[in-house]
Amino acid sequence: MTKPLLDVEDLRVRFHLRTGTVEAVRGVSFQLGRERLGIVGESGSGKSQTGRAILGLTPPPGEVTAQRLAFDGIDLLTASKRTLRTLRGGRISMVMQDPKYSLNPVMTIGEQIIEAYKAHAKAGRNEARDKALAMLEAVKMRDPQRVFSLYPHEVSGGMGQRAMIAMMLVTDPDLLIADEPTSALDVTVSMEVLRILDELVSERGMGLIFISHDLKLVSSFCDRVLVMYAGRVVEELEAKNLREAKHPYTQGLMRCLPTLADDVRPLPTLNRDPAWAL
Amino acid sequence: MASSVANGGGGHDALRFYLTKTAQFVIVLATTLLGLVAVTFFIGRVVPIDPVIAIVGDRAPAHVYERARQELGLDLPLIQQFWIYLKKAATGDFGNSVLTTNPVMTDIANAFPATLELATLGTLIGVILGIPLGILAAVKRGSFIDQFVRVLGLAGYSIPIFWLGLMGLLVFYAKLGWVAGPGRIDVTYSYLYTPVTNIVLLDTAMQGQWDAFWDAVSHIILPACLLGYFSLAYISRMTRSFMLNELAQEYVIAARVKGLSEMRVIWRHALRNAAVPLVTVIALSYANLLEGSVLTETIFAWPGLGQYITNSLQNADMNAVLGGTLVIGAVFVLLNLVSDLLYRLLDPRTR
Repeated sequence: MTKPLLDVEDLRVRFHLRTGTVEAVRGVSFQLGRERLGIVGESGSGKSQTGRAILGLTPPPGEVTAQRLAFDGIDLLTASKRTLRTLRGGRISMVMQDPKYSLNPVMTIGEQIIEAYKAHAKAGRNEARDKALAMLEAVKMRDPQRVFSLYPHEVSGGMGQRAMIAMMLVTDPDLLIADEPTSALDVTVSMEVLRILDELVSERGMGLIFISHDLKLVSSFCDRVLVMYAGRVVEELEAKNLREAKHPYTQGLMRCLPTLADDVRPLPTLNRDPAWAL
Repeated sequence: MASSVANGGGGHDALRFYLTKTAQFVIVLATTLLGLVAVTFFIGRVVPIDPVIAIVGDRAPAHVYERARQELGLDLPLIQQFWIYLKKAATGDFGNSVLTTNPVMTDIANAFPATLELATLGTLIGVILGIPLGILAAVKRGSFIDQFVRVLGLAGYSIPIFWLGLMGLLVFYAKLGWVAGPGRIDVTYSYLYTPVTNIVLLDTAMQGQWDAFWDAVSHIILPACLLGYFSLAYISRMTRSFMLNELAQEYVIAARVKGLSEMRVIWRHALRNAAVPLVTVIALSYANLLEGSVLTETIFAWPGLGQYITNSLQNADMNAVLGGTLVIGAVFVLLNLVSDLLYRLLDPRTR
């Protein structure tokens, strides 16, 4: 691999508000090939905004700047709206947090998958339908025909999230951003969804950015982990070397993971040093 | 019969579902109307208005007064009067109007179509202009167009309709002569067609009287625009806030992630969701106009329901007031039904 799939250098996302400027992402840099990159951090650390900025979907008052923000050699900051739209959904896609809100409540699941497919492929109704059904099968729906004609409120959270994955992967993208894809699901269901996601990502050789606040989950699922704090990457690690974390924030997080072997009471908590945020 | 339907299987279940729904609706409609008749009837009898004096005058001798009272059945116990009224009402007989001497039903059959015509046109203008304006204001939030819609809405709420109506007449009728003045149609055209539905635009068009049709258009356009403006002010404002709410939802971001065009995101995704509460808003604003806009009808000499009921009320013509109130009640019930059905069509969660 000579050229990285995604090249981010000094990415900044600012929100100019009446009360002043808030910088949600403050100079994030990383490169990504066809591998799995985890981004962990607490709420407000800028991990989700990093994902949105890559897709060009920073909400209105926000402003995105970067030294370099390129996908497969295409500069995302200077690309035309049209180019961005073909990239979005076509080559870069995103699975969002809660299917209860991220699926359109008045369209059937089938319609929504077909819509995603037809936005990028010149295809007839039947071909799109077959593709959607095949995708529903790929995410292990027991009865794809039935799920196809159901509305989002008629399926469970786990099924909804699998439908979301089907919708976002139906175009065979090169890069998938999964923004807390299992936070809204209960533990057993989330394991199943992760297994499906894992399988599809390896099968198709996609790049994956897995955004989560669950350090343990990320380290078991990804090759590499970025730890974000207050809009900055404070640490970049190979997932298997998580124990060798150097930054006190990561170390602190690691210490807070409860283990079965020794029962520490009270459980350790994280002491934040204001200097980390500088 | 019932058991055979119940055992009939899948297709019959759907049939049974619709039959139950229809039966439910008929029962609801009947009880609502009955309640409406009862309330309006008793209020009408309790108010300190003496319908007998309205007929015989306040200087009539006692035996004349007494006879008129008996003829009207007002000497009977209230509950018996109600029963008689109910029986007659069931056959469509709401008595005669004191003021016009016609049966109330005939008067309403003349007045209601005039209001229906005006209200429908006004609502159409409000919907056709108000929804796109509201969408535009929401999509381009804080822009010039957003400010424009806000000012338009504010003006619609605060300017008295009679003032705007008079100004409209002054400018477009008296000064510029672009439109015709008060009334529904010029006398010269009024004998060119036979009233069938009493909706002038419909009658003239169906009978091919195009000169009469265009004259009617020129008469209705100003009051319709006036009512349209007020319903536009309300509808655009509500559309704006519903759209802002929908555009902030996660599924809109998901639609953008899919690479859909902004047009599709707005019209197919956000608007289809905003349409659900909008249906109620439009139905309410339509019902509001169907009640008859007394001020507009007065200024434009429009012989509609609002004018009819107001005149009757001022002349203690209780039969006409009761009849008119019932028609308005029935309109509300029907509009409610229609918006219920549309709700079900638009939002799968309510099915």
